Amino acid sequence: MHNIIELKNINKIYGSKVKTQVLFDVSLAFEEKSFNSIIGQSGSGKSTLLNIMSTLDKPSSGEIVINGIQTTKFKKNQLANLRNETIGFIFQFHYLLPEFTAYENVLMPYRISGKKITKEVLERANELLEIVGLTNVKNNLAINMSGGQQQRVAIARSLINLPKIVFADEPTGNLDSRTTEQVYELLRKINEKYGTTFIIITHDRNIAEKADRIIEIKDGKIYMDIKK
Amino acid sequence: MKLAFNIAIRFLKVSKLQTLTIILGIAVGVSVQIFIGSLIGGLQKDLVNTTIGNASQITIKNVDTGYIQNDNSLIEQIYTFSDNIKIVSETVDGAGSAIKNTKSLPALLRGFNFQNAEQIYEFSERVISGELPTNLNEVAVGSGVLEELGINLYDTFELNVPLIGSTTLTVVGVFSFNVSQVDSSWIISNLLTAQQVLNLGNELTSIEMQLKDVFLAEEDSVLVESMFVDAVNYEITNWIELNGELLSGLQGQSTSSLMIQVFVMISVVLGISSVLAISVMQKSKQIGILKAMGIKDKDASFVFLFQGFLLGLLGAILGVLLGLGLSYAFSTFALDNNREPIINLFIDYGFITISAIIATLASTFASLIPARKSSKLSVIEVIRNA
Repeated sequence: MHNIIELKNINKIYGSKVKTQVLFDVSLAFEEKSFNSIIGQSGSGKSTLLNIMSTLDKPSSGEIVINGIQTTKFKKNQLANLRNETIGFIFQFHYLLPEFTAYENVLMPYRISGKKITKEVLERANELLEIVGLTNVKNNLAINMSGGQQQRVAIARSLINLPKIVFADEPTGNLDSRTTEQVYELLRKINEKYGTTFIIITHDRNIAEKADRIIEIKDGKIYMDIKK
Repeated sequence: MKLAFNIAIRFLKVSKLQTLTIILGIAVGVSVQIFIGSLIGGLQKDLVNTTIGNASQITIKNVDTGYIQNDNSLIEQIYTFSDNIKIVSETVDGAGSAIKNTKSLPALLRGFNFQNAEQIYEFSERVISGELPTNLNEVAVGSGVLEELGINLYDTFELNVPLIGSTTLTVVGVFSFNVSQVDSSWIISNLLTAQQVLNLGNELTSIEMQLKDVFLAEEDSVLVESMFVDAVNYEITNWIELNGELLSGLQGQSTSSLMIQVFVMISVVLGISSVLAISVMQKSKQIGILKAMGIKDKDASFVFLFQGFLLGLLGAILGVLLGLGLSYAFSTFALDNNREPIINLFIDYGFITISAIIATLASTFASLIPARKSSKLSVIEVIRNA
C-alpha cells in the first residue's frame, strides 16, 4: 500500500523573540486506507502535528508530501484547493456553520469547490446523512442540534468531496462515552466503505487502541509507534 | 462568488435584529440626506424665483446712443447664440411724470411686446383689475400709481416726458407686483405706445432675457456680447454681477447642505464599518472553518463586501422611501397662514438616485476593512483560540 501522506524532518518553532520548539525533526508516513490514532498529553505537539499535516499550519522546516504532491512551496490558494479536494476535517468543536441546515453544512465543501451541484452529489449528501443517522433532522439548523448530532454532521461534511484523508482532532473530545463509541464505530465504517485514510488525535486510550496504528507523541517527538 | 453571496445573505438573515438596525441606520442617514437636499433645493429655487424669477436675467443696452434698432432678425439671432436662453423680450423704457389734475409723480413708462414679456414678468397674473393694454395710448399702471394720482380704472392722465412733451394715456388695467417701488412707478404699455410717447421710431431701449439655467448667466452674457460687432457700444449686464451677494448666499447654502450630507454619509459609513468589523469577529469561527475546507481568501472577503453592499442597497431603498415620506409630511403638515407649504420642497429624482447610489457604494466601501480582516483571518488562529 502506498503512502498517502509523508512528513520529512518536520520542525516547528513558535515565537520570534522567545522561541519555543514544539516539534523536533518528526518524520512519519501513513499508508492509504489506514486508520491511525495519535495520542499524547496536552502540550505534546500532537495538534500542531495534525495542523501541519493538514496544511492548516506551516512547518518551520521539513517537507510534507500529500498524495504524492510536495506541498511545501504551495501558495495559499493552491493549499485551499488541495484541502478542499483531498482532505476532510473533523474538529473537537465541530465548527458547523450555525446559520445553515445540517444538509447545507454537509454540502458546503462541495459548494466551495465551485463545481456544479449534480444529482449524484445531492444523493451522496443524503447517503452520508443516512450513514450518520441524521436523515430525519437534516433540514434542522445546525445550531438547533445536540452536540453528538452536530459532530455526526461534521463527519458527514468531511466526506462529501470523497477526500483521500480525514483528519480528526479530538472528534469525541466533548461527547459522552456512549456517543463516543457510536462516533468511533461510524468512522471505522466509513474507513471500510470508502477506503478513506483516517488520522485521529485522541486522548482516549480506548479509542486509540481500536486503531490499526497508534502513534504517541511526547515533547514534540515520536515516542511510540505501534502497528497492529 | 455565488457561494459568498449566499453565505452573506444567510449571515444577514440569521442576525435579523442586527441587520435591521444597520439598515434602519443607513435609511435614516439617506432620508435625512434626501430631506435636507430637497429642503435646501426648494429654498434655493424659491429664493431665485422671488429675486430674479420675474426680472431680466441678462439685459442688453446701447450705451452709445441709448437705442437699439429693432431689427426682427436681431431677436432671432440672439436665440442662436446660446441654447440656454429661454426668452428674449424687446423693451422701450422712458422716465417721465404722471400728472392728473394737481397731482404728479415720477413714473417709468415701460413698453413691452407682451407676448414675450409675459414669460418674464407674468403680467397676466399680476393684473388685479382691468386687462393688459392692447391699443395705442392704453396703459396699465401699478396699484400705487393709481392710488397716488387719485384716479380709477378707465380714467385718463397725462404723461410728461422732459424735452418731448405730454401724452394722454388711458388706464385699462391695474397691476401689483407686491414690490412698492414697482407698483408706485411703473406704467406699462405695448411697444408702439411707448415708442410714440418717447418720440422713437422702430427702436428699443433694451433687450431683456431670461435663462433656462440661471446660474449660467455670466457665460451666456459673454456669448451674447460676442454677437455685436461694435460690442464696445453695448452694455450687457447679468443678474449675477448685479446680485453678487445673493449668489454667494446661494453658494453658501449649497455648501452647507453638501457639508451636512457629507457628514451624514461619514457617520453612516463609520457605523456600518464598525458593525461589520464586529460581525467578522462574531463569525471568525465560521470563516475559519470555511477556510479550512478550502474557501479562498478572496471569497471570504466577498462574504463581507456583499453584506455591506446588500445592507447599503436595502438601507438606501428604505431611506428613499422614508425621505420621500418625510418630505411629503413636511409639505402637507408644515403650512403657513395661507395653508401653503412653508417651503416648497424641490424633489429632484436625479439627486435622490445619486444619494441612493452613494449610500450603497459607501456601505460597500465601509465593508472593505471587515472584508480585509476576513481575508487575513488565519485558520490556525481560529482553531487554536477555540
